[in-house]
Amino acid sequence: MDGLLREYLPILMFLGVAIAIAAAMLVASLVAARQRPDPEKLSAYECGFEAFGDARRQFDVRFYLVAILFIIFDLEVAFLFPWAITLADTGAYGFWSMMVFLAVLTLGFVYEWKMGALEWE
Amino acid sequence: MAQPSHDFALAAPEMVLAAAAMLLLMFGAFRGNQATRVVAWGALAALAIALVLVLQAPAGRAVSFADMFVVDGFAHFAKALVLLAAALGIVMSLGFIRREGMERFEYPVLLLLATLGMLMMVSANDLLALYLGIELQSLALYVVAAFQRDNLRASEAGLKYFVLGAVASGMLLYGCSLIYGFTGTTGFDAIAATLKAQPEPPLGLIVGIVFLTAGLAFKVSAVPFHMWTPDVYEGAPTPVTAFFAIAPKVAALALFCRAMLTPFAAIVADWQQIVVFLAIASMLLGAFAAIGQNNIKRLMAYSSIGHVGYALIGLAAGGAGGIQAILIYLAIYVAMNAGTFACILCMRVRGDMVEGVGDLAGLGRNQPLLALALAIFMFSMAGVPPLAGFFGKFYVFVAAIEAKLYVLAVIGVLASAVGAYYYLRIVKLMYFDEPAEAFERRVGGEMAAVLVVTALFVVVFALFAAPILDGAGTAAQALVAGGKG
Amino acid sequence: MVLQGLVFYVFAFITVAAGCMVVAARNPVHSVLFLILAFFTSAGLFVLIGAEFLAMILVIVYVGAVAVLFLFVVMMLDINFVELREGFLQYLPIGALIGLILLIELLLVLGGMRLTPELTRQTAAPIAALAAESNTHALGQVLYTRYIYLFQAAGMLLLVAMIGAIVLTLRSREGVRRQAIARQVGRRREEAVELKQVQPGQGV
Repeated sequence: MDGLLREYLPILMFLGVAIAIAAAMLVASLVAARQRPDPEKLSAYECGFEAFGDARRQFDVRFYLVAILFIIFDLEVAFLFPWAITLADTGAYGFWSMMVFLAVLTLGFVYEWKMGALEWE
Repeated sequence: MAQPSHDFALAAPEMVLAAAAMLLLMFGAFRGNQATRVVAWGALAALAIALVLVLQAPAGRAVSFADMFVVDGFAHFAKALVLLAAALGIVMSLGFIRREGMERFEYPVLLLLATLGMLMMVSANDLLALYLGIELQSLALYVVAAFQRDNLRASEAGLKYFVLGAVASGMLLYGCSLIYGFTGTTGFDAIAATLKAQPEPPLGLIVGIVFLTAGLAFKVSAVPFHMWTPDVYEGAPTPVTAFFAIAPKVAALALFCRAMLTPFAAIVADWQQIVVFLAIASMLLGAFAAIGQNNIKRLMAYSSIGHVGYALIGLAAGGAGGIQAILIYLAIYVAMNAGTFACILCMRVRGDMVEGVGDLAGLGRNQPLLALALAIFMFSMAGVPPLAGFFGKFYVFVAAIEAKLYVLAVIGVLASAVGAYYYLRIVKLMYFDEPAEAFERRVGGEMAAVLVVTALFVVVFALFAAPILDGAGTAAQALVAGGKG
Repeated sequence: MVLQGLVFYVFAFITVAAGCMVVAARNPVHSVLFLILAFFTSAGLFVLIGAEFLAMILVIVYVGAVAVLFLFVVMMLDINFVELREGFLQYLPIGALIGLILLIELLLVLGGMRLTPELTRQTAAPIAALAAESNTHALGQVLYTRYIYLFQAAGMLLLVAMIGAIVLTLRSREGVRRQAIARQVGRRREEAVELKQVQPGQGV
């Protein structure tokens, strides 16, 4: 247990240093710099003229379709990691088990290809 | 590492459905939507093959896949019922999807995958298997509910069903995790063994069971988790509603029985009161809320809530008698509801579907045969003696009395008397009121077949009931004995 | 060990605080960002108990994909969130009541909680000590063989999700020019180019 956590110690230290530097910069600018708030400083910059529309414009539903298809294949790939490192132990059974799983999702992939879900005009 | 020995043959019906669904998906993807009819018939063929496999499977209890998958007499009976119900649902939708622009080949494929989920639910012998079965079934049904995506009400139905279904799944998972935490296992048999060894169940386990029942009650739409039912039934396309009303109900109730009886056989008293409450509340709400409904699909939603209440009486009674009563009730319920929805699907005026109860007025003069069929189903649902519906209720009440649940039986009889009012109101409308605009005469071959078969089943059930009664009896014995074996 | 405890409390505190902010934040985009923070710190908590694989999955799948999807959904919905919140106070009492009941139930459960040694011993597939093999390894040992049924069921579930997403959101648009790779590649010079003999001083 301790061995495992010790491997993560550098990440923890990195996290601590990163947070410390970021906080120091924020605090330093708050303390050292002159504060002159102005509403214009907060307004959106759009090539120098007034912003045309709201930044919160509606997205096309197609983005959503791409995102959800991405999640599905992301999950599929996630299943591959433990499989890959234990293949030596699980042998042919584990191998074919994964092949069937991949075949199911490949059929899904063929389906979405044929339906044109991957096209973007 | 030794390879586990899994008996894949036990899951043959499931594998057939899965393979067929993928094959049909590919066929549709390459042929396009004009292949929908072929895909639908292919789905029916797959259901038929699965049904043959289920009926041929050797009797006796067998488990596989690390005790997660169980096949016994109970599973055979429930699976056969689910497969028949799913086939009826697909047959009924053939005409509708062609007329209403729903002709996309994914529709039968999704129904097939939902049926696969139901079979997995029926055979689940582990909390994880239970959850995955429910999710597979629900996910496919959410999509099917919103299949007419340009129809505002169908989209609303799909969304409501999805959001509430997700909440229910959350409760179910929470319950499962508590049960796992307090018993150290997710397998039904292992949970039963653990509980038998303990003198008193831990409190956390009871809370877990409460959450589990809440999630399951949502799936069978028992009061107070019924809120989604009327809206979804009304908004979803009619054949989808018909499918919802028959196949998933059977699977979810079968799962409910197994999930209560196998792992928690040692602590019946703890969950029995929950089921009694669900049964009473469902029967009463189903009876009273349906009275004011003017939309026939909404009315059927409340009617199905009531029916779930009656079926749950059997579970509350427990024991082989109670489970046998549930299975008989479900078999009759499937036939009655399939028939009624076939009638509803015939309600078309000049090419448009109508759903108002008032549109049925004078049907007895306009279309005597359809009216006769609907009258048979209504009388049966009301529980008028020679028809099948009476026997369903009869066995449930007998089981309740044998289990000394007199209050439950009395409330059940009263609720069915109230319920009879709105069923008979439809009969009165059809035969004694001034005719409304006549429906289209053309009913379609498949629909006529469904109507004739279900109506005959309901009428002659009393004469030829023996095989069903025996089958249900054996199945119930198998379930009750299973946990102890 | 002290460091471990300290890190746990820091992560746990941030997780709970971020969770509260997800609900309380006025701007839904900020809610999603707080959700991502909560995911990250939970991943840290998973690492603390030695569940490395879960921690990484949490980062890859939840932060990488689910949170992005949430952002899309938030952006996709054309809802005035100020209006949406007007009903908030109205439902607050009943929501608080249900929350309170859940909390009491949870406390009851925690009160009755005791880890009996027999229970931990009857686990179906006990994993080896972390020193012997990593968590990911232990998972891989059982997931594809012992639990093949659940594994394949998950595959079917993903397939249904794929079909569902396409059925519900994919529309074929009229009048858009798509890429037709076969046609583009198969195009020949004769179809596209015409050689003209242009006489000087006449133009085409």
